[in-house]
Amino acid sequence: MSYIKSTFRHPSAKVNSLGFAKTAYEGALSTLCAGCGHDSISAAIIQSFFEMNIEPHKIAKISGIGCSSKTPTYFLGKAHGFNSVHGRMPSVSTGANMANKDLQYIGISGDGDTASIGMGQFAHVVRRNLNMIYIVMNNGCYGLTKGQDSATADIGSAGKKGVENQFAAIDLCQLALQLGAGYVARSFSGDKKQLIPLIKGAIEHKGFAFIDVISPCVTFNNVPTSTKGYEYVRDHLDATGTIDFVPERQELKIIHPEGTSKEVKLHDGSKLILKKNTHDYDLSSKREAMGIIETVREQKKILTGLIYLHEDPQDTHKKINSVDKPLNSLSQGEVCPGNAVLDALNEGFR
Amino acid sequence: MKETDIKDINYFHKVVDCQYACPAHTPVPEYIRMISAGRFDDAYMINWESNVFPGVLGRTCDRPCEPACRRGRVEDQPVAICRLKRVAADHKGDIKHRLPDIPKQKNGKKIALIGGGPASLTVARDLMPLGYHVDLFDDQYKGGGFMRSQIPSFRLPEEVLDEEVNYILDMGIRTHFKHKVNSLKEMLTKDYDAIFIGTGAPRARDLPKLEGRAEADANIHLGIDWLANVAFEHTKEIGEKVLVLGGGNTAMDCCRTARRIGGKDVRIVVRSPQADMKASPWEIKDAQGEGIPMFENHTPKAFVCEKGKLVGMLFELVTAEYDENGRRTLVPTGEADIFMECDDVLMALGQMNAFPWIERDLGIEFNDWDMPEVDKTTFQTSLAHVFVGGDAAWGPENVITAVAHGHQAAISIDKYCRGQDTKDRPNPGTTLISQKMGFHDWLYNAPVSSDKRHVVEHVDTNLALTSMKIEVEKGFSLEQGLNETLRCLNCDVQTVFEKDRCIECDACEDVCPTNCINFVENEEEDLLRQHLKMPADNLDQALLVSGELKTKRVMVKDENVCLHCGLCAERCPTGAWDMRKFLLNEAKAGR
Repeated sequence: MSYIKSTFRHPSAKVNSLGFAKTAYEGALSTLCAGCGHDSISAAIIQSFFEMNIEPHKIAKISGIGCSSKTPTYFLGKAHGFNSVHGRMPSVSTGANMANKDLQYIGISGDGDTASIGMGQFAHVVRRNLNMIYIVMNNGCYGLTKGQDSATADIGSAGKKGVENQFAAIDLCQLALQLGAGYVARSFSGDKKQLIPLIKGAIEHKGFAFIDVISPCVTFNNVPTSTKGYEYVRDHLDATGTIDFVPERQELKIIHPEGTSKEVKLHDGSKLILKKNTHDYDLSSKREAMGIIETVREQKKILTGLIYLHEDPQDTHKKINSVDKPLNSLSQGEVCPGNAVLDALNEGFR
Repeated sequence: MKETDIKDINYFHKVVDCQYACPAHTPVPEYIRMISAGRFDDAYMINWESNVFPGVLGRTCDRPCEPACRRGRVEDQPVAICRLKRVAADHKGDIKHRLPDIPKQKNGKKIALIGGGPASLTVARDLMPLGYHVDLFDDQYKGGGFMRSQIPSFRLPEEVLDEEVNYILDMGIRTHFKHKVNSLKEMLTKDYDAIFIGTGAPRARDLPKLEGRAEADANIHLGIDWLANVAFEHTKEIGEKVLVLGGGNTAMDCCRTARRIGGKDVRIVVRSPQADMKASPWEIKDAQGEGIPMFENHTPKAFVCEKGKLVGMLFELVTAEYDENGRRTLVPTGEADIFMECDDVLMALGQMNAFPWIERDLGIEFNDWDMPEVDKTTFQTSLAHVFVGGDAAWGPENVITAVAHGHQAAISIDKYCRGQDTKDRPNPGTTLISQKMGFHDWLYNAPVSSDKRHVVEHVDTNLALTSMKIEVEKGFSLEQGLNETLRCLNCDVQTVFEKDRCIECDACEDVCPTNCINFVENEEEDLLRQHLKMPADNLDQALLVSGELKTKRVMVKDENVCLHCGLCAERCPTGAWDMRKFLLNEAKAGR
């Protein structure tokens, strides 16, 4: 039996500006099926956090149940983590975020965990604009229970068993848009060039950032008849524009000829540079974003890239007017100020 | 870049860095795996087939394999390949029954070998099983050549040498020891079908013009001659204060030998900076470990005598300056000359070939340096049935190079005797076999040990210095040896990629610990090397490039620091990657 990953790395591998090697962002070796799209997403997450110079212990990764929700074991091994109940990742994330808003929250979910059992939870975490990254590893099937169609499987798509799906698919990006997410993107596990800048943008985004990543299930849903297999997805990708993430202070390395690209500024001054293509629309317009998803779908294609960006400074904490300090750092006296305060409060209701 | 042609055996051969660097191309990872499996006889025989003297080389080899070892690029130290060879030799059982059968019916061809060193013995080893009649001539009383006369017994015990020399001599070679060949002309009259000259590089460099050289002659010794005299017990002592001139391995052997037969204050004095010394780093370290100091940048100026006897040497201090071509000049510093007292001086300043016994009118062409012209491939001289190999061919090298020469010369002699073209060289035998056993299961030990290089223990220095016969290195214990085998990265287990099976899921790219694997747009090699995840800066190491994939990209793998851990194949859902063992056995005479 092999299956042990060596601790040796490339001798010229660099460290990031914190002095951490990429190994500090890695996790255990994956036990998912060989070739699973989820592993590529894990690799993209590792790369993004490494390059964004975020200390691993300032990250919390939270997941539900499913193949996708196993992945936090395989990345950011030094971060906080909570593998929660099926479909309940949003509640647990919300709770954790309430207790300590200083951490960077990344929620990992699957199409079953989000679009079926966790649908209600998903809807509410979006509308509350919780400051987190929400990644759905979307393979259109229930891989862990042998590949039944999930709620994101397209009508007419058939997995390994060969039976066409009869039910309408839930488009999670449209749903997130409708519910008020400020950062909505779709990507493909096999396209790290696009996925990594999207994750970096999501890390910088303040508020709810949603990325739906199509991630083929190599065991049950990677056949030519499936709309979520490697081959089909590659043949039907249609990006909103190639994307680069440029951190604050860094000079633009690639000069885009005038008019061929547009910049999207994030709150901290970093930028997302989008190379324009035929889908040139106002990224901050919810209506146009909705429209373009529909248009591309009608063309039997899959829209990927950054679809919508509109930073809403009112995240959950702002909306509920919580104190500036993380709640878990409040002292006993601050949380429980004593009888005199209680009495005064009660007096106020008389 | 063009798609890599993996059918070209040179491609995978080059990936096995150690084997490629070895002059005899010994299949190193293969025998290391055998040791790991406790199959010491098999490990020994792989070596014996390839390098003829595993026990000798496991102690004394110049180890060109080790600087080449991939492990040395992944971490600080290469695998202790040389000392593992000794593990195989130390732990083997009786292997005599595995030696080749010697036909009783000879083929009627007679071969003479002049010189009884590693090159000649290798020729004999390769030709005897083919039915040749072999006569061996040497001026020593036993076989082994420089292995016997130059390598002191505290580094190479005589029993070890005797055993391996005798495996060959016992094949039925007719030996003529204590027989110095003084005329090739005379040899040519003796009706041999072919003659092989393996007489080494027996002439030591001297400082004939240095002031006081003649007067002090009684206490000035030429290193190689002196070592031979010690080995054959003609010389049994030396003065207390000894200066050894020279910075090569012979100098190291001289000073360590001197320490054992009376030398108390033994010093090495070199003209150049210590960093330029030719001796192997480990031999320098061993000499230093025996309390031998080194003095660098000291150029000999005079032998100083009093009353006709050597009392010391005078040295001029220099500093090394290098021009833009890296050529060195030693420039005097102008400081006062240094005087060092001494009773004896050993000169180990290098060796030369010398052929006073080859008449110049025999039809053998000699070049401008008065050396016979020898073909680099066939080892043939312009006199078709005379062949030269080992140090005799192009000057001092080492045992393993002599063995490699011997194999090639044997091929040529065999072809010549059969009336075939000696230029037409046989190909090595190669196989490429999948190592997959099942799910997560390989025929080789895929996980990579993170052990640091294990250190071979030495006997206590005070004890070691009491005798020429006490071997300094103890060799690896069995446990150390087995742990050291696990450090081998199995570079012969090749990563083979079949593009038509690839679905471009990136699993291999993601899991690869050293980021060797890339899926990128194809470009010219120099650009491609820069555009990989980890720039492929080691130009000696090849890129494995696939044909065009469905997405128009190509798979590019930088061979440089691949750990051969098999994770790419492990994580490949379609079997596009496979781990296949590439075994290359160098061609041999008659096969």
